[in-house]
Amino acid sequence: MFLINCPFCGEREQSEFKAGGEAHIVRPKQPTELSDDEWAEYLFMRKNIKGVQFERWNHVHGCRKWFNMVRDTSNDQIKAVYKMGEKPPVK
Amino acid sequence: MSNNLRFKTSKFIDETYRVSFKFNNKTYFGFKGDTLASALLANGIHLVGRSFKYHRPRGIMTSGSEEPNAIIQLHDNSSRTEPNVRATEVEIYEGLVASSQNCWPSVNFDIGGINNLLSPILPAGFYYKTFMWPASFWEKYEYFIRKSAGLGKSPKVADPDIYEHKYIHCDVSVIGAGISGIMAAKMAAKNGFKTLLVDEKSYLGGSSIYDKSEFSKINNQITSSWLEKEINEISKLENLEIKTRTSVAAFHGYNFLLARENLTDHLPINQRENKVRQRLLKIRAKKVITATGSIERPLIFDNNDRPGIMLSSAIKRYIDLYGVACGENIILFTNNDTAYETAMSLIQRGIKINAIIDNREQIDSKISYEVEKNNIKIYKGYTVVDTYGYRRINKISIMKLSKDGQTVIGDKTKLNCDCLGVSGGWTPAVHLFTQSGGKLKFREEDQVFIPNVYPSDQISIGSCNGDFGLEEIIKNTLSSIKKFLDIDNSEYKTVETISGLNQSKRNIWLLPSDKSIGKTKSFVDYQNDATAKDIKLALREGFRSIEHVKRYTTTGMGTDQGKLGNMHALGIISETAGTKMGEHGTTTFRPPYTPLTFGTIVGRNVGEFFDIFRRTPIHDWHVANNAEFENVGQWKRAWYYPKDNENMHQAVQRESKAARDSAGILDASTLGKIDIQGTDASEFLNRVYTNAWSKLAIGKCRYGLMLNEDGMVYDDGVTTRLGENHYIMTTTTGGAANVLGKLEDYLQTEWPELDVYLSSVTDHFATISVCGPNSKKIVSKVIPDLDLSDEKFPHMSFKNSKIDNIKCRIMRISFTGEHSYEINIQANFGKSVWEKCMEAGKDFNITPYGTETMHLLRAEKGFIIVGQDTDATLTPIDLQMDWIVSKKKYDFIGKRSLYRSDTIREDRKQLVGLLTENPEEVLEEGAQIVADIKKSPIEMLGHVTSSYYSPNLKKSIALGVVKGGKNMLGQKLIIPMENKNINVTVADPVFLDKEGERLNAKL
Amino acid sequence: MKNKYSIFSLIKNAFSYHENWEKAWKDPEPKKEYDAVIVGGGGHGLATAYYLAKKHNMKNIAVVEKGWIGGGNTGRNTTIIRSNYLWDASAGLYDHALKIWEGLSQELNYNVMFSQRGVMNLAHNLQDVRDLKRRTHANRLNGIDAVYLNTEEVKKFCPIINTSQDIRYPVLGGTLQRRAGTARHDAVAWGYARGADEMGVDIIQNCEVKGIKRNGDTVEGIETTKGFIKTKKIGVVAAGHSSVIANMAGLKLPLESKPLQALVSEPVKPIIDTVVMSNAVHAYVSQSDKGELVIGAGTDDYVSYSQKGSHDIVEGTLNAILELYPIFSRMRMLRQWGGIVDICPDASPIISKTSIKGLYFNCGWGTGGFKATPGSGDLFAHTIANDEPHKLNAAFNINRFVSGDLVDEHGAAAVAH
Repeated sequence: MFLINCPFCGEREQSEFKAGGEAHIVRPKQPTELSDDEWAEYLFMRKNIKGVQFERWNHVHGCRKWFNMVRDTSNDQIKAVYKMGEKPPVK
Repeated sequence: MSNNLRFKTSKFIDETYRVSFKFNNKTYFGFKGDTLASALLANGIHLVGRSFKYHRPRGIMTSGSEEPNAIIQLHDNSSRTEPNVRATEVEIYEGLVASSQNCWPSVNFDIGGINNLLSPILPAGFYYKTFMWPASFWEKYEYFIRKSAGLGKSPKVADPDIYEHKYIHCDVSVIGAGISGIMAAKMAAKNGFKTLLVDEKSYLGGSSIYDKSEFSKINNQITSSWLEKEINEISKLENLEIKTRTSVAAFHGYNFLLARENLTDHLPINQRENKVRQRLLKIRAKKVITATGSIERPLIFDNNDRPGIMLSSAIKRYIDLYGVACGENIILFTNNDTAYETAMSLIQRGIKINAIIDNREQIDSKISYEVEKNNIKIYKGYTVVDTYGYRRINKISIMKLSKDGQTVIGDKTKLNCDCLGVSGGWTPAVHLFTQSGGKLKFREEDQVFIPNVYPSDQISIGSCNGDFGLEEIIKNTLSSIKKFLDIDNSEYKTVETISGLNQSKRNIWLLPSDKSIGKTKSFVDYQNDATAKDIKLALREGFRSIEHVKRYTTTGMGTDQGKLGNMHALGIISETAGTKMGEHGTTTFRPPYTPLTFGTIVGRNVGEFFDIFRRTPIHDWHVANNAEFENVGQWKRAWYYPKDNENMHQAVQRESKAARDSAGILDASTLGKIDIQGTDASEFLNRVYTNAWSKLAIGKCRYGLMLNEDGMVYDDGVTTRLGENHYIMTTTTGGAANVLGKLEDYLQTEWPELDVYLSSVTDHFATISVCGPNSKKIVSKVIPDLDLSDEKFPHMSFKNSKIDNIKCRIMRISFTGEHSYEINIQANFGKSVWEKCMEAGKDFNITPYGTETMHLLRAEKGFIIVGQDTDATLTPIDLQMDWIVSKKKYDFIGKRSLYRSDTIREDRKQLVGLLTENPEEVLEEGAQIVADIKKSPIEMLGHVTSSYYSPNLKKSIALGVVKGGKNMLGQKLIIPMENKNINVTVADPVFLDKEGERLNAKL
Repeated sequence: MKNKYSIFSLIKNAFSYHENWEKAWKDPEPKKEYDAVIVGGGGHGLATAYYLAKKHNMKNIAVVEKGWIGGGNTGRNTTIIRSNYLWDASAGLYDHALKIWEGLSQELNYNVMFSQRGVMNLAHNLQDVRDLKRRTHANRLNGIDAVYLNTEEVKKFCPIINTSQDIRYPVLGGTLQRRAGTARHDAVAWGYARGADEMGVDIIQNCEVKGIKRNGDTVEGIETTKGFIKTKKIGVVAAGHSSVIANMAGLKLPLESKPLQALVSEPVKPIIDTVVMSNAVHAYVSQSDKGELVIGAGTDDYVSYSQKGSHDIVEGTLNAILELYPIFSRMRMLRQWGGIVDICPDASPIISKTSIKGLYFNCGWGTGGFKATPGSGDLFAHTIANDEPHKLNAAFNINRFVSGDLVDEHGAAAVAH
């Protein structure tokens, strides 16, 4: 059970949050120009990293804000959290 | 006999308070303060249970939660019965009833004991090699295997007790209140840390609290005296919360601990009513100090499992703490000094020690000399090679160990005894540490795993950290806690210790025997009857990893989870395979540390609290008017309102007819409502719905369809433009939360540039839908000031209005195809407005209808219900709803997916109407649709999604999805049921009033 | 030829105190080259190797396993086996597996304890009822033995279920597949390993794949902790770690690896003699031959390889268990654990060739792969041997995520267990 430091609310129990998958996958600006392959890449293909991963979380039972998290998926250690649109504070 | 066994001198036992209890239908007495185990031992009872596989007689082995053998059924056949309870953990109370498990007819004479005779053909994993012939017989074999397996019996009725959860947030949580735990708690609390100290026992102080030995002293006081003062001091500290009878079950990441606080299990049953039985503590600690101590190791030799064979430390605890002698002629068998402490305790009470068998050749400690002075024969460099006695040990035989400890030499000597105390040294209780993700290291000198790498802000101290000597414990506790808490003041000036023990040990994991291993039964896992030869067999058969051996032999898989024997299993593996202990690692210690009651984990989330009930503001009226309800998500929705003795079908037919003939009223409050505001609100809707929204005039409503990014229909509903930058969106009942979540996601992460704000207002409004030819008349009576003329208030438009001075929103929208109004009003006025409508509709036979009728009415019109007619595999094109998919819009959620090679196929499943050949025959929802019944394998074209008997059309109607259905209008298809085939014709999904005459009729 | 296992061999070996049993499988060092290498020594991987050797005569092959065989999801699952899936493709796949299960102990001469005690799925709301009926009708037409039960029939088949209509989500009905049941998970891995080993397959444990060597679009071998192994065909069956291997080959898969938890109670005498699953309140339970209640919890929603999930998931599952079985309130949880499950967006697996020649993936089984083990191995072996899918796994290709031709078992509400 993580303790997540919401960038808007501070430390809260994991049960208040919902994970939203890999971060920094930008929705294509012109989807109609993409091939089926490219669109599938956006829609379904994921890095699914074992190790340090950038991902989206939502404080769904709190401020309802989405934010990003850097987390090591091999041991669930959270390295950093940062707001949408901000640069990741760690590499 | 019992008189000789009880020494009424322990201050932990209240000898003025006699407690009677039943064990295997016989009444016994103990004292307040006893555990069931100590009380049984005081009555001379060792044989308590039978083992899992061989049904061998087993006794009380330990004095704590590590007990593998003495597990019993409490209160058999009562509502408070509990299987597999450790007698060593039960505090006795008046009226306690316990019985032995896994034996028939009795623990003294158990038919299952025949398994012990069959044991030669029941080696580890025997069941993988047999029961395969004849092939169909496995389940018959299995029936008997299942019957003989299992231990206790599950309760048969619901639990009368209640449980609860409690959250605790603290700076420091100390687990275990032995010497080091108490010192740590004091240091933390006195230095301003909000501290929690928990211990699984009913008392503080751990095993030192009853230590009267002259051989270990602190500041020149007997350890227990020093500790009592410490306990007295900390119990007054304001910063410190102390919880006894509280066992930490799990240590999760981020210092999240789960602990069980036992509140009533020690009370007589009649004092438990209306009290919380157990509390699950959910502890978040900034820092965790683990001081869980260590568990004494048994020794592995032939027949090491007989009743009367116990851990040496347990014998000491029973005599020192409970005043109970475990025998009258005791032998101790050890490889280290701690058994001599037990010897001293026994000597002090005058209990006969027949001999001490010590693996070590050289013993050089004060305490051993003292024991020897008492004329006790010590067999140095010896080992026990066998034991005797069926229901209780009565003899052992011993032999001299060879120099390397691998074999035995010389003659066999037999010695009499009625109790054998064994000590194989100590294993640090690192279970919680490893659960938290901690990494262990192996210490060669004394063959123990100790904490190495901490994954969170925590520390292990005392013997769970591998500090076994008193001096070491105190010195290291002081220094490591100071460092861990970053404090200068330890609260302790100087602590001087004296110990008469030294730490030498002669560790032999599997003691040698004069017999070949194949002829021995040296138990490693007592409960599961896994022996040393089983482990060797597993290795012989190629199971090399510790996890393989564990699974193949079931070592460590009992209810004690191998607290005693896992280390020996590892040791025997490395000795046999010739590898190093540290290389194997350990098996994973899985939570919980001790078994945790389901009820405790669940707490109050039972019965009506299992999940919240969402009720509409009009709910009470529905109840009062005999409604049946259906669950839709968490909502309770009125399903239908049976009158007199109507069944569901009759009620729905009546309701449906009334709604079309005159007037119907529906509570639509459960529909999701999202308030959307902002200068980019129209653009936002353009992006999330498939159709165009920019041109929707203020005061107008529009139906919208929302897709997933994969192109499949996700949700639908009517959205109304309340103002230039203000919309109210409705969603399906079940989809409301997900839709809001999805919209927020896109808004915040993909389109942060849009000026849009979303709020859920589902619960803020009651929504009442009045429909039918007389709806206009009824609504005009309820809201006389509102101009309901078609010119002023056409279909798909909205008006602000007031009912009795209360603002409300009226939409003229329809899900039934009838002229209808939807009144939205502040939730707390919902019921009164509903009643007003009923009153106003009295003369028009206004008929409340539920969800079933709503479904029927909309099906007559061919309107879909997302989730019933769709299943996340259908696009709007599949639903023949091309009209709502904007061709002009450059993009919307899911648009791109509509043009993939599979989604553009012509022969996808498409929504159609279905009419049965026999108009009276109603199809089963979910029934499959085929064209050719003779084809094999039969090809399923689709299925019936919605099906009703329409009282308005006087025939059966259905919606379904059919492969290529769009182009099959008029074609005959078959619904193959179990017992018949039903002929149907593909029809237009709009069955009633395709032209919309009813909707547009001048009323 | 290995010693045959039987009651006679047990008796015979009893005379020599079981000291003459031979190894169930050898523990060889890898050769320099194999005709095919299977990455992943779980049930699916070992079954793949077994059928490659048995049906496709590929004997010069190896299974490489990072840890110990059967140590991943094979050894961590709740062992439910059923084939009552909605879609034709799924029904074909899982029933193929079920048919193999029915003779597997005899085929392997290893008792996998496949016990056809039936699997019941419960309906708790009207949409559940529609969905379960839809599935039952489809099953019947696909020749799968599922029947729909009303509430009374549910109660009769499993009397300890609380079928009171007053509970929060009352049981409205259910389906029953009698041929479905459970098996002994470890035995499946060990039985296939023993069978494969006998045909000459090298089972190499403690051998972690570190890289995939390719020449253009063709594979050449794998880098492992035990050195380079040359091969033209690599079948990856790495479950939760599929993406990790895919990333080595420069591929991305439509997978997310999430924690899935399960737990057992302390063992008790027989109390429930079937498998009961409930998707709506998320609880499923059976009782092992040892007597433990085996309870499956759900997945967390985040990616994790830690083999640990959150307590809330376990608590939520037990809430549902006590809702349906109030008599279990005083039972106690003995052990809980987690696995890593790789989940496809449509909750169906991938058994497929890839864009790289000689590289095959068998993954995406999510929470329900155990039941498919024999069928999955058989079909994957066929795919690797022929470089073409069998018709039963043709639908489970990777390309479906591009075309949109998904096998959506989510949509059909049949959460895959």
